[in-house]
Amino acid sequence: MESHDEKLAKLDEVISEFEGQPGALIPVLHKAQQIYGYLPEEVQYHISQGLRVPLADVYGVVTFYSLFTMQPRGEYNFAVCMGTACYVKGAGKLVDKIGNEIGIKIGEISEDRKFRLEATRCIGACGMAPVLTINEEVRGRLDADQLGELLDKYK
Amino acid sequence: MAQSSHILICRGTACVSSESREVQNELETQIKRRGLEDQVRVVHTGCFGFCARGPVMVVLPQGTLYCEVRVEDAGEIVERHILGGEIVERLLYRDPKTERIAEKMKDIDFFGKQVRIALRNCGRINPDDIDEYIAMDGYKALGTVLTQHTPEEVINIIKKSGLRGRGGGGFPTGLKWELTRKSPGDVKYVICNADEGDPGAFMDRSILEGDPHSVLEAMAIAGYAIGAGQGFIYVRAEYAIAVDRLTTAIKQAREKGLLGNRLFETGFEFDIDLRLGAGAFVCGEETALITSIEGNRGEPRPRPPFPAQAGLWGRPTLINNVETLANVPVIILKGPEWFAGFGTEKSKGTKVFSIAGKIGNTGLIEVPMGITLKQIIYDIGGGIPEGKEFKAAQTGGPSGGCIPSDLIDISIEYDTLLEAGSMMGSGGLIILDENDCMVDISKFYLEFTCDESCGKCTPCRVGTKRMLEILERITEGKGRAEDLDVLRELGHGIKETSLCGLGQSAPNPVLSTLRYFEDEYKAHVIDKVCPAGVCKKLSRIRIIPEECKACGACARVCPAGAIKGKPREIHEIDPEKCIKCGECIEKCCFKAIKR
Repeated sequence: MESHDEKLAKLDEVISEFEGQPGALIPVLHKAQQIYGYLPEEVQYHISQGLRVPLADVYGVVTFYSLFTMQPRGEYNFAVCMGTACYVKGAGKLVDKIGNEIGIKIGEISEDRKFRLEATRCIGACGMAPVLTINEEVRGRLDADQLGELLDKYK
Repeated sequence: MAQSSHILICRGTACVSSESREVQNELETQIKRRGLEDQVRVVHTGCFGFCARGPVMVVLPQGTLYCEVRVEDAGEIVERHILGGEIVERLLYRDPKTERIAEKMKDIDFFGKQVRIALRNCGRINPDDIDEYIAMDGYKALGTVLTQHTPEEVINIIKKSGLRGRGGGGFPTGLKWELTRKSPGDVKYVICNADEGDPGAFMDRSILEGDPHSVLEAMAIAGYAIGAGQGFIYVRAEYAIAVDRLTTAIKQAREKGLLGNRLFETGFEFDIDLRLGAGAFVCGEETALITSIEGNRGEPRPRPPFPAQAGLWGRPTLINNVETLANVPVIILKGPEWFAGFGTEKSKGTKVFSIAGKIGNTGLIEVPMGITLKQIIYDIGGGIPEGKEFKAAQTGGPSGGCIPSDLIDISIEYDTLLEAGSMMGSGGLIILDENDCMVDISKFYLEFTCDESCGKCTPCRVGTKRMLEILERITEGKGRAEDLDVLRELGHGIKETSLCGLGQSAPNPVLSTLRYFEDEYKAHVIDKVCPAGVCKKLSRIRIIPEECKACGACARVCPAGAIKGKPREIHEIDPEKCIKCGECIEKCCFKAIKR
């Protein structure tokens, strides 16, 4: 794990790289989220100061786009695809199954911060529906039983 | 002695998720172990389109297609096919209906009936190697344009080809180029819209993953035609593989002098930067996309002024979608007449569709405009699995609508789809069968647009919410007699008064299903029944006494403890306790439980 200071130094580097460029805010937020895993208030404040963009604008952008999150990530982040193809092939059942096994609902993180469950927009792997991603890795053609086995690996 | 071979293995998102990367590594290991590195090359490519049978690979020179290749199969392929010269029959495609085995792509209906223009290089070249693109005549069109044509001539070629925007609206591409060229201003921009947000659509992603240079080349050609020096690709951040390949492609093109200053020894300069989206569907709308590149909340602006007049940072801007651009280099090389030879009078060329849902061959296809829906579903898609009935095809995603089974002979063109109450959209084609509830599907799309509405204009922000509330009520068995009329009235109002394309098209899924499936809505509202058995609150699960073998499996799996019964005694479901999850239906080996 990186220390607080190391992360801040990285963020400052990103800010100085983009400073003065038009439209810099969104690319900087992407990189900041890579560094911190999420975008807490302090990070937004720091970016606002660095880029000289009002904090209200930073907050406005963070809350507008669904990929930006103000919640910390879990160790394993399950995102069930809710695109049409996955939906008609039973993505809802996958959500229920994960919810039952781990005891969290969509948008929640487990108490030990190990698991987080999200519903995501179509990731375009419709040929493999239903799919989910575990920390960006795509797993497809899942049924509820296979999912049980998959979950056991991470518990 | 092995002959010199190439193994092309698909590394698109779907095949990667079924472990094509691991298969490739194992193939390379096996090849090395036998000392064949010099004779056999394993090349990773973009999407073949045959996602349902992934991971897929082709062995050249024979052109043998292997499907669903596992890591354990790699050794056998090297030993038997590469060294022994015999085909590994068990990995070939077997037609599920005729049981016929097909060795080559052209022998499979899925491929045989396609015409691949935009997808010409997908599955054929390594997208991470610019030399492979160049070997397929890549960047030749750019060279031709810069050294032999004036910008006006280029625009005329595109106009003559009849190419129309493949992102949804179908605006004539050549005309868009001409309007942007004629807009006064020294600084202009080209933007590639790769914010493919329709659920169930992955055409653009596959092109970017499989042939990124075709898009870069087309952007440079467009830049020359309209007089721009800078381009941006606005791509979804969720498309991790596409982002990587684009980053590599831009770097390689700069190194080769195909992007940057003095291209082809002329005075023309053009460069491209990437901008990542951040998960907002509305950013696929061109003015919202521009606002997002400028670093703001992606809210649309009123038009006019159109981007061609005042776009990015107030400058004239050309926005084209990925698939539209991918067609451009071939049109230049083979001529507009050649391109216009495909398709119909008003819809020229081909269209890429991603077919998914209840269909045998889910995947990516490219077909000439004017093909019928029936041909796509049955000839290419392999029909509906498990002998189910085809019910409807959803085109155009949340902006489109459903085409019912009695219109299955409809010719796929921009205008015919609009007349049918749907739209071409970007090319997502979701097949629905008898088990899908049309009210539930339209609720699904409305939940999507309601959630993705940016909130700037009232009809879209409030109107979609009201419509969604009504649909929720209907699917919960609380529908009122006047609901269907209110839905129609609201829908037309939202369409006419919303600011941007998102709101103007958001009611389409509801309106089109109301048009073709009104009886199904009425069953929900009046009879309080969901004929497809999808809407949980409107369904009742029961055990058929004659079929029940009293095994107790259902009672064990029931999370609500709603099933009563002792060994050797027919079981019963307590409707008060039942949460209609359907776990018991899945578990029952005797098919004794029905909705």
